[in-house]
Amino acid sequence: MSEPSSASPQAGGASLTREDVAHVARLARLRLTDDELDLYTEQLGKVLGHAGDIEALAIDDVPAMSHPYPLVNVLRPDVVGPTVDRDEVLAQAPAAEDRRFKVPPILGEEP
Amino acid sequence: MSVAENSEPVTAAAIAAAVRSGGTSARDAVERSLAAIDAREGEIHAFNLVLADEARTRADELDARRAAGEDLGPLAGVPIALKDNLCTRGVPTTCSSKILEGWCPPYSATVVDKLIAAGAVAVGKTNLDEFAMGSSTENSAFGPTRNPHDITRVPGGSSGGSAAAVAAGFAPVSLGSDTGGSIRQPASLCGVVGVKPTYGLVSRYGLVAFASSLDQIGPFAATVEDAALILDVIAGPDPRDSTSIPEAYVPVSPTLGDGVEGLRIGLISELLGEGIAPDVKARVEQAAAALEAAGAKVGEVSVPAVEYGLSAYYLIAPAEASSNLARYDGVRYGLRVDAPITGEMMELSRTAGFGAEVKRRIMLGTYALSAGYYDAYYGKALKVRTLIARDFAAAYEQYDLLLSPTSPTTAFAFGEKTADPLTMYLNDICTIPTNLVGHAAMSVPFGDGDDGLPVGVQVLAPALGEALMFRAGAALEAAAPTGGAS
Repeated sequence: MSEPSSASPQAGGASLTREDVAHVARLARLRLTDDELDLYTEQLGKVLGHAGDIEALAIDDVPAMSHPYPLVNVLRPDVVGPTVDRDEVLAQAPAAEDRRFKVPPILGEEP
Repeated sequence: MSVAENSEPVTAAAIAAAVRSGGTSARDAVERSLAAIDAREGEIHAFNLVLADEARTRADELDARRAAGEDLGPLAGVPIALKDNLCTRGVPTTCSSKILEGWCPPYSATVVDKLIAAGAVAVGKTNLDEFAMGSSTENSAFGPTRNPHDITRVPGGSSGGSAAAVAAGFAPVSLGSDTGGSIRQPASLCGVVGVKPTYGLVSRYGLVAFASSLDQIGPFAATVEDAALILDVIAGPDPRDSTSIPEAYVPVSPTLGDGVEGLRIGLISELLGEGIAPDVKARVEQAAAALEAAGAKVGEVSVPAVEYGLSAYYLIAPAEASSNLARYDGVRYGLRVDAPITGEMMELSRTAGFGAEVKRRIMLGTYALSAGYYDAYYGKALKVRTLIARDFAAAYEQYDLLLSPTSPTTAFAFGEKTADPLTMYLNDICTIPTNLVGHAAMSVPFGDGDDGLPVGVQVLAPALGEALMFRAGAALEAAAPTGGAS
């Protein structure tokens, strides 16, 4: 396992804290038990620690590659075609009403 | 006991030819497949769902059409197993996740439509690591698949069910998806052929997304010829996938037997060193010698940046996954855990629906993309991707194809690598680089390891190098040591 690089002080898997994991879980809308928090802090720290090898690379001038090929907009002719059937889609929803997806109230106290 | 020891293997090519000529019926082909499933599925658990009635009905329909003089297509009556992350209209598609249990997609994946149009018969949906995240199928919410060569060992993953289905003779061919090795590694561990095509060669429409810049659908088969047959049916541009390659696809089957005379093939130095089991390494070197004997010019080549592939992959793939899996929120499909407020409903639904590995990767990806860490992790990983692409480009100036192990070891035991995620991830070191750069690669069985379990050799090709890759694959198959594990 590599040591976190001094070149990028803000990162470094070894420094991943329980609070970091709790924050990330909240962002990802996942609820963790105390035991899970401990476990994931250790496991994710280890994986991020392995990534220390690339943190240490001096490659600021290398261009990023977000995709195997250069992406361009793909346009199609503006022609009406068949679409997925609405009733078939709504039949798979946990709840539907008036041909729409139904959810509990959105406003209220956050968990 | 060896796989299908006493039954002669029936290839997809042979079935299609016999069904088209009237030598056999589609129904007979399907019955043979269902009988094999009946005999061993209880111990293997390759499938989340066996479509016995549907397959019989479909086979009878095909036979009626043939009787009426219709040409059924290149896969006439061929039973095929589909990884359960490929959408099948009206048929449950679970991704081996509780969050999608019972969900029936309102449309089919393009590859499924193409297989059906070519005359194939879907016999079932195969097990996988939840959302294709894993290397052993131990992350399936519905229990693991067992390796048909030794049921105390994993079949590999994530497409372990599809690999096991072919290895056990449940179907001559199957489809999987490969994001970091999820077709090639289980193919290697189960002793079958597995192909990860060039990114964009096969439409991803209807493949439930894991990491969109890495995912690709491909075939499993018992023979290189059958893998080519399937690829030739499923490849090609698709207006429904804006990342599909727009140029017309050139089939690989016609040139399959052209041999390797004069081809330059390079062994990747970095993938023959530390972490590769000696018996696996010996098989890869033997494979290289076999290709040389068949007329190829074989050398060794360094692709230094592949050593950073694992780190880059385990930032990029989780980052993309964390975004893709945000859609499972209990609103439009899948599991909902009721709560008085929508935000809480979403959190409870996701918490109950996702398994441990999926949660790990979502959190890892969310962290890598979060404020303050984006540049150090995700941004850096994208730059490493460029380094790997450059090193491959340099290697392909000297060589037409590259060679490496598919997996560092043969099939491992259940539970052996589940305690430490990083240990499991290290399984993917040989396969990940190909996904990061969007190239093609395939695993071809080449003898057994010291434990009598199958070893796969990986043939790597640059983007759209499938024709040459299949020629080398066929040459390896012809030269592979016979007398497998038994």
